Amino acid sequence: MTKQLLTLRVNGEARTIAADPHHTLLEVLREELGLTGTKHGCELGECGACTVLVDGVPVLACLTLPALVGDADVTTVEGLATESLHPLQIAFAEEGAAQCGYCTPGMLMTAKALLDTTARPTRAQIASAISGNLCRCTGYTAIYEAIEKAAGRA
Amino acid sequence: MSEFSVIGRRLPKVNSWAHLTGQARYADDLFLPRMLFGRVLRSTRPHARIRRVDTSRALAHPGVVAVVTGADMPEKMGIMPSTQDETALAVDRVRYVGEPVAAVAALDEDTAFDALSLIQVDYEDLEPIFTIEEALAREDLKIHDEAKRANVFKEVHLSFGDLEGGFAAADHVRDDWFFFEGNTHAPIESHSAVASYGADDKLTLWTATQVPHYLHRELEKVLGLPRSRIRVIATPNGGAFGGKSDPFGHEFAAALLSMRTRRPVKITLDREEVFYAHRGRHPVKMRIRTGVKNDGEITAVHYQSWLDGGAYASYGIATTYYTGALLTVTYRIPAYKFDGVRVYTNKPPCGPKRGHGTTQPRYGFECQIDKIAEDLDLDPLEYRKRILQPANSRTINDLRITSMGLGECLDALQRSTRYSERRGQLGRGRGIGLAGSAYISGAGLPIYWNEMPHSGAEIRIDRGGGVTVMCGTSEIGQGSDNMLASVAAEALGIMPADVHVVSGDTSLAPVDLGSYSSRVTFMAGNAVRDAAMKLRALLVAAAAERLEVPADRLLSAYGRIYDRDDPAKFIAFADAAVIAESKHGTLVAAGSYKPPKGIGGSFKGAGVGPTPAYSYQAAVAEVTVDLDTGVVTVDKVTTAHDCGRALNPANVEGQVEGSAYMGYGEIIGEEQVFRGGLHKKPSLLDYKIPTSLDTPVLEAIVVETVDAEGPYGAKEAGEGPLNPVIPAIANAVYNAIGVRFDETPITAEKVLNALGKRDRRGEQKTRIGPDGLDTGKADPKRALRRLTASTDARERKRPAN
Repeated sequence: MTKQLLTLRVNGEARTIAADPHHTLLEVLREELGLTGTKHGCELGECGACTVLVDGVPVLACLTLPALVGDADVTTVEGLATESLHPLQIAFAEEGAAQCGYCTPGMLMTAKALLDTTARPTRAQIASAISGNLCRCTGYTAIYEAIEKAAGRA
Repeated sequence: MSEFSVIGRRLPKVNSWAHLTGQARYADDLFLPRMLFGRVLRSTRPHARIRRVDTSRALAHPGVVAVVTGADMPEKMGIMPSTQDETALAVDRVRYVGEPVAAVAALDEDTAFDALSLIQVDYEDLEPIFTIEEALAREDLKIHDEAKRANVFKEVHLSFGDLEGGFAAADHVRDDWFFFEGNTHAPIESHSAVASYGADDKLTLWTATQVPHYLHRELEKVLGLPRSRIRVIATPNGGAFGGKSDPFGHEFAAALLSMRTRRPVKITLDREEVFYAHRGRHPVKMRIRTGVKNDGEITAVHYQSWLDGGAYASYGIATTYYTGALLTVTYRIPAYKFDGVRVYTNKPPCGPKRGHGTTQPRYGFECQIDKIAEDLDLDPLEYRKRILQPANSRTINDLRITSMGLGECLDALQRSTRYSERRGQLGRGRGIGLAGSAYISGAGLPIYWNEMPHSGAEIRIDRGGGVTVMCGTSEIGQGSDNMLASVAAEALGIMPADVHVVSGDTSLAPVDLGSYSSRVTFMAGNAVRDAAMKLRALLVAAAAERLEVPADRLLSAYGRIYDRDDPAKFIAFADAAVIAESKHGTLVAAGSYKPPKGIGGSFKGAGVGPTPAYSYQAAVAEVTVDLDTGVVTVDKVTTAHDCGRALNPANVEGQVEGSAYMGYGEIIGEEQVFRGGLHKKPSLLDYKIPTSLDTPVLEAIVVETVDAEGPYGAKEAGEGPLNPVIPAIANAVYNAIGVRFDETPITAEKVLNALGKRDRRGEQKTRIGPDGLDTGKADPKRALRRLTASTDARERKRPAN
């Protein structure tokens, strides 16, 4: 199969790569751009580990073809901290909301999208927002507490 | 003020920042120059002889670099040296759908995947066995020819005290059957391994494993490469829960493909393959007979279990013993008999999942205790408190008990949930249930017989005051790296954030047996503390000389060594290190830990069950049952856990909540089930693990008994808290609707069946569960016929290459 040239805006940088057109955004981020912070848990859209933001909206990178992203802004966990750590990152550390850390990048991106649209979410809103991000370690309690804490500080 | 500067504080884990910024490097995140991508071909048959494997078309496929098959690695392997019945890739027979048969390395993953379909495997189907009962009955059909009786993998019979006398003295005897359905770990990270064999004839294997040391031994055996030339690096595991504690076929395949090509090779399993790798919770049928006096005092227990082991041994010997070993450590049992049988079936091998072998019997026993309390009109919480096994005692099966906080856990639950008052008052459809439990802080014996330490640690202090801790533990998300840093920091008087941790690397770190059996905090914690105290002595002596203060008056914290009586008089940690190195040379110390002798009996089988300290825990579950739909909603689970001492309370709570979550999933719907040998749910859409919307409110209560032998008093927290949650929910459902669920999971369909609402003829039932072993209704040949038909149909649909 012929590779195609593709320009993506990722974490504020325009990046041009050559990739097989059937490769997903997840594969391109991890394999072509070296952004391995975005994880794959199932590559079938079941677990949410690959969640990234496209123009601020959480999408499953494993079900997204890069060609469809166009010139939209893609944000991955590597782009979450700017000059300093994002309040979510600090709160997740303080609350022990990352155990094995594998669902964490996707969880953080979903939480960021939530806080960007809902400054002070209720616990029910948080539960609903992260219901597509499976976490096998925490039982979600520490994640709720971390998101609430970050919301309180924002 | 606390006597500690690190222990007991809610400090962020030292490895949090890597996890939270995407910098943590899991195995699949590794990309090495010239790296090839591998894929594994898996059996489509539950039981078949392999007549021939033809790899020629795959090898000729453009982009394919190498192909290996079972014949390339015929050496038997397995986690337990005494029961090695597996090969890395199947050699002449396959025993479950999904068993690794061959592996391909190619320039990219797509090519490797395409090449799998070019490998021709000529199978001769054999009759499969899918149930415990068939496995026991079929003398004529053996999954492993070595099995002495039918398909029995292991049979154990242990008896302690006067069982008949105990039952004779009982006023009341309960005799109950239970069935615990199998389920799996489902870590979010699938297994992944990267092997690199270099021009120096050395092999490095980065892999998501809980047991780098045991894997190291098996690689030597299977690959015929001296261990001195192999380095295993356990990458951070993206969840494991017992599912990454066996040596796996893909790890050997990646290694051999790298040896053949002299290029790095990565094999990452896809989600479906993770369900075939399995090694999860055994399906277990149980019969429990318990005799009690009228006041509830237990006079005798006869526990029997039948374990469905799947196709291979895994930890099966230990699992079999564990189903019977730990029932005695919670409540006083003066006479006890245990009979256990584990059989082979043509399904993915079962192994250790969080709570290893103790979860199933604990479920049955705690449900039965609830029934006994009801029979005798006793409050289940008060009843349990009255029959507790005392601290500092020995059980009837010769297990040494030291600290024992189950009573405190029950008291804490009563205070928090008002269980006893609320139990009878919630109305139909709502219920509250209770259960207790215990677990080990590490197995008393290693997996292979040896006299060496179970855990070793090395600490080095550099001239800038930097501290590096090296220990063979595997970080699986439980927080072991942070535990190592915290214990070292507390002992040396610095902060965990100042400690560099090197873990899970067989070349750089001393052996730790691995992250299984909840052994790491207790054993590696003691090893690190041992090493740190040796260095502390050198630093304090240096400081005493410089400050002209007696050494026994010096304390250390926050990077200073200071005079207890005059804290303004201090020396910086880094300065003390320079003085000490000037005097003693390079500052390195090693520490180690081995469990004490005499913690268990000396009978055959006494090796499983002993531990340096048992953790104790209890849970209260509150449920609402929808009487029209049968859906059980678990509103809240409160778990109290005796962890000895919480080295980091946030992490302990995280383990307790995570355990409650996982236990909730097991009782409310997770099941690893098969149809004619095919996994019914090999995806996360079908095998439903609880989402945030499903998960109950979880509350963790930490109980501290400060164990005399634990590091700073700590015991385990990672596994035990799962055990009581499952029977607590079953008991709560009984409290809500008056139906005993003597089998798991409790699905809406089963609830409706019990309520007589599944169809118009439905009769109400008071119990769902087995009445014994099934007899004679199965027709295994029919299963094979159906399976062959569906497999053939699928094969016909595959596009021709």
